[in-house]
Amino acid sequence: MSDYNFAYLDEQTKRMIRRAILKALAIPGYQVPFASREMPMPYGWGTGGVQLTAACLTPDDCLKVIDQGADDTTNAVSIRKFFQRTAGVAVTQATREATLIQTRHRIPETPLTEDQVLVYQVPIPEPLRFLEPRETETRKMHELEEYGLMHVKLYEDIARHGQIATSYAYPVKVEGRYVMDPSPIPKFDNPKLSDCPAIQLFGAGREQRIYALPPYTQVVSLDFDDYPFEASKPDHDCDLCGASDSYLDEVITDDRGGRMFVCSDTDFCAGRVRAGHAGRLAGRNKGAAA
Amino acid sequence: MIPGLADPPIQSSRGFRVLMQAMARPGTIQRLNLTQPPALGPAAGSVLLLLADPTTPLHLAGDLPGLAPWLQFHAGSPLTGPEGASIAVGRWPDLPLDLLPVGLPDYPDRSAMVIVELDRLDAEGPRLTGPGIRGHASLSLPAIAPFRANRALFPMGLDFVFTCGDRLACLPRSTRVEAA
Repeated sequence: MSDYNFAYLDEQTKRMIRRAILKALAIPGYQVPFASREMPMPYGWGTGGVQLTAACLTPDDCLKVIDQGADDTTNAVSIRKFFQRTAGVAVTQATREATLIQTRHRIPETPLTEDQVLVYQVPIPEPLRFLEPRETETRKMHELEEYGLMHVKLYEDIARHGQIATSYAYPVKVEGRYVMDPSPIPKFDNPKLSDCPAIQLFGAGREQRIYALPPYTQVVSLDFDDYPFEASKPDHDCDLCGASDSYLDEVITDDRGGRMFVCSDTDFCAGRVRAGHAGRLAGRNKGAAA
Repeated sequence: MIPGLADPPIQSSRGFRVLMQAMARPGTIQRLNLTQPPALGPAAGSVLLLLADPTTPLHLAGDLPGLAPWLQFHAGSPLTGPEGASIAVGRWPDLPLDLLPVGLPDYPDRSAMVIVELDRLDAEGPRLTGPGIRGHASLSLPAIAPFRANRALFPMGLDFVFTCGDRLACLPRSTRVEAA
């Protein structure tokens, strides 16, 4: 047991974050400013997501933390340990068992349910920031629904590359009103944002913004009639579990051009391997799928 | 003095999850019973203790005997007129909806949350659609026109928490309301 308040943050801070969450749910896609606290980890390590999780967590929760789909990478492991220590909650790696999932840059492959909350870590919450650096201007653009600049950016992609080359942090429009940055998830995940049964919360600690998608909210990826949005992924099957419908990471295996493609969602991949599915390289490297 | 929360970190964490689900799924009726405040039901008192603190000016509408000192002690919120309120609470006929802040076009979050104590709260009546609602929901709202006018202000507007005894349901500004 630790001497921290439950879930680390003090009660007044949690109330402030909770009020911001309710506003964010009431105005889907709008970035609510909040008084982000310093956390015992650096900016860029998910301090926004951690503050949302701290404000939402109850002792009855079962927490899952993923980093680029993986449960076993540094960011995921350290945040999971942080809440085990400061909140004493149960943790899991199984998407189905989790009631609250904090994620960096992926949406789990296993469909979410109404009983789950998905918390995203967001580096730059403002979708227009790289097009217009002034906060006063981007705020005005959101106020006036002036999103032409975003379409110009996507058009320039087509002019230069022959297709919309934006492959992650692909901008979406929420319920026909706010253009929103879905955090740097691959655009493969964008369709899962829409009509999702779970509550989705987005937290940017350094930028001090919280935004949200209530369940069953309509989220549309921006595109053109003649260049429709496409949820792309590497044109391979997973080399460990054989899945053809999951998002893949490319892994370089030697210095002679050898490579393999594996599911980025480790829980999904391991579950398929346990169920007897096998990919091209299954069994070659013992323990690779464990 | 009636007690507030016995174990604030744990009780308010569980209570907030109930309130968050209610706000995320407009029209669904949840139960929340963390305290028994003067003049109002347990759900309204619980929502106040979950959200109010010295940084949230409160507007108490109408005659709510004993509530002001209770909130002063447990939450420490300053009392204010309707124009400066970030949270307003009262019975439906007493609430000055036209005077409460609805936010600014560039900062629509600078609006009031309205806690409305009702005599009846059931999943029947006016039809609700919008974000958070699969298909449609029904809720026994005390009126229709004010909520349609509120939706027309989107993204500005008021967010409502309806309470009745230990039950509550929410109606955020994003929800469209039609007669059943």
